[in-house]
Amino acid sequence: MSTSTLQRTLGPGDVAVAAPMPDILPPVKVRRGFLGFLYRNPTIAVGGGLMLLIIAMAVLAPLLWTVDPTALAPARRTREPSAMYWFGTDMLGRDVYSRVLYGARVSLIVGFAVAFFASVIGLTIGLISGFVRWADAIIMRIMDGLMSIPSILLAIALMALTRGSVGNVILAITIAEIPRVSRLVRGVVLSLREQPYVDAAVASGTSTPRIILRHILPNTLAPLTVQATYICASAMIAESILSFIGAGTPPIIPSWGNIMAEGRALWQVKPYIVFFPAIFLSLTVLAVNLLGDGLRDALDPRMAKRV
Amino acid sequence: MFAYALRRVVATIPVMAVVALFVFSLLYISPGDPAAVIAGDQATPQDVERIRASLGLDRPYLIRFGDWVWSIMRGDLGTSIFTNLPVSTMIAQRIEPTLSLMVITLILALSIAIPMGVIAAWKQGTWIDRSVMGFAVLGFSVPVFVVGYVLAYVFALELDWLPVQGYTPFARGVWPWFQNLILPAIALGGVYIALIARITRATMLEVLQQDYIRTARAKGVGQRGILFLHALKNAAVPIVTVVGIGVALLIGGAVVTESVFAIPGLGRLTVDAILRRDYPVIQGVILLFSFVYVLVNLLIDLLYTLFDPRIRY
Repeated sequence: MSTSTLQRTLGPGDVAVAAPMPDILPPVKVRRGFLGFLYRNPTIAVGGGLMLLIIAMAVLAPLLWTVDPTALAPARRTREPSAMYWFGTDMLGRDVYSRVLYGARVSLIVGFAVAFFASVIGLTIGLISGFVRWADAIIMRIMDGLMSIPSILLAIALMALTRGSVGNVILAITIAEIPRVSRLVRGVVLSLREQPYVDAAVASGTSTPRIILRHILPNTLAPLTVQATYICASAMIAESILSFIGAGTPPIIPSWGNIMAEGRALWQVKPYIVFFPAIFLSLTVLAVNLLGDGLRDALDPRMAKRV
Repeated sequence: MFAYALRRVVATIPVMAVVALFVFSLLYISPGDPAAVIAGDQATPQDVERIRASLGLDRPYLIRFGDWVWSIMRGDLGTSIFTNLPVSTMIAQRIEPTLSLMVITLILALSIAIPMGVIAAWKQGTWIDRSVMGFAVLGFSVPVFVVGYVLAYVFALELDWLPVQGYTPFARGVWPWFQNLILPAIALGGVYIALIARITRATMLEVLQQDYIRTARAKGVGQRGILFLHALKNAAVPIVTVVGIGVALLIGGAVVTESVFAIPGLGRLTVDAILRRDYPVIQGVILLFSFVYVLVNLLIDLLYTLFDPRIRY
């Protein structure tokens, strides 16, 4: 682009003259505080706002004109969406609107719980692996093995062993996510160990636990937070996939995956049963992903320009 | 080169051993008696005894694991509890649809995602770049089955251009075969396209900063030549690596896509096996998928020299 503009504006024999600089630069308005942070990171503002809205919707579900999401009403089966049934009713006459709102709870609980447990356990394993030489080889071989099983298949396999419950879904997805977190933490730990300030701490006789706590741990938190957001998003998708194929949340609990699984048989004639939970699931995952992208850009400015 | 290849091949052995140990242990880490788990809720004590004997549960764990690995090496993946057919036969019957779906998705994804990433990097900061990145975020956020249902609804039910679901074997004609797989491939490819487009853009942005790109421009190489010959070639290694890692997404996604589009492939087999708690089939399928995944990434590792001749081992 620059070459073509030059060719157009500069003919042979012309002299390029720089435009005069303004004498006084306009004052840069720096917004401070939390609002300023949101202003500088619109992705976090949008993702976080959407997320808060969805959390509020899940928590306040009983107040948002819902009915009992499990109440059967055989006489009012598969009604199209209307003023009475905003999202219609399913093949057992249950109100899809109420089911979708309550279903948000399962997705959020699974997403947050998996993000939390996978981060904590992954952090512990990563720290051990980064500091204990003999354990590192063994742990990393196990993680390599687990990582070579596609994570959703790993979760499916674990669910096949147990009866469906929200706790088991969280456990299965957490196990499938741990290898990635521990690899990330280990990588960070190994690079931090080479830092001069860690050498200095070792030389001045600081104990290993104290080095881990004061020098290593704080530096792993930024990448770990970003990773946790992405884990939250993929856990929500994994929960819906598990429920959708019938190996996840038990059918009596409304979850977005369950609603879609039940609507599957009728989706060609009553597509709304599948589409409403699908829209909510996609929006929620989108919100978490936006939050993750925003956090990554905000916490690690070097990464911002790259991916 | 040969020594490196040998080292890489040898390095996959412990990985596959961990996978095998995990898959083998699946049955035994479940709470309760594995024989009772397999027999199910309606089994008589005789059934449980029979299954216990057939599993050889009276012998030590590691010996059983050794036997199991040995029989897998000879191609014997065990017998399905539900159909009584050898697992390897069941897999062979179901492999064509899944393989077809994955190959079409791979070709589709690469031919869309790489130009997308290249153009986004070229037009960095413009609306084109922003819409490619926006599409990538959407691709990561909308689950496979949601894309599947929307596509099937619009293109099969409303417009009636393509079949809603099902599968036609390749032997019955290329067009009917392809027709049935277009929508599933697009649905399955969504995340994969997002992933590859993003890494392509990121790597291209880095490469386009290099001095040799400026040199190429200065000697008068056209825009297309710079992007696709000079830059893309040098960006190839990270892109190819992500293509390999992303195969895990394709495998996981296939399980769901096949359920949405009623394709009788390995994914469908996995789901059915789980609902019936048919452990030998679950073990066989997971082992196969993981093996393919490890193999693909091993091949990509070995092919690096092809994409970047500067890499020498």
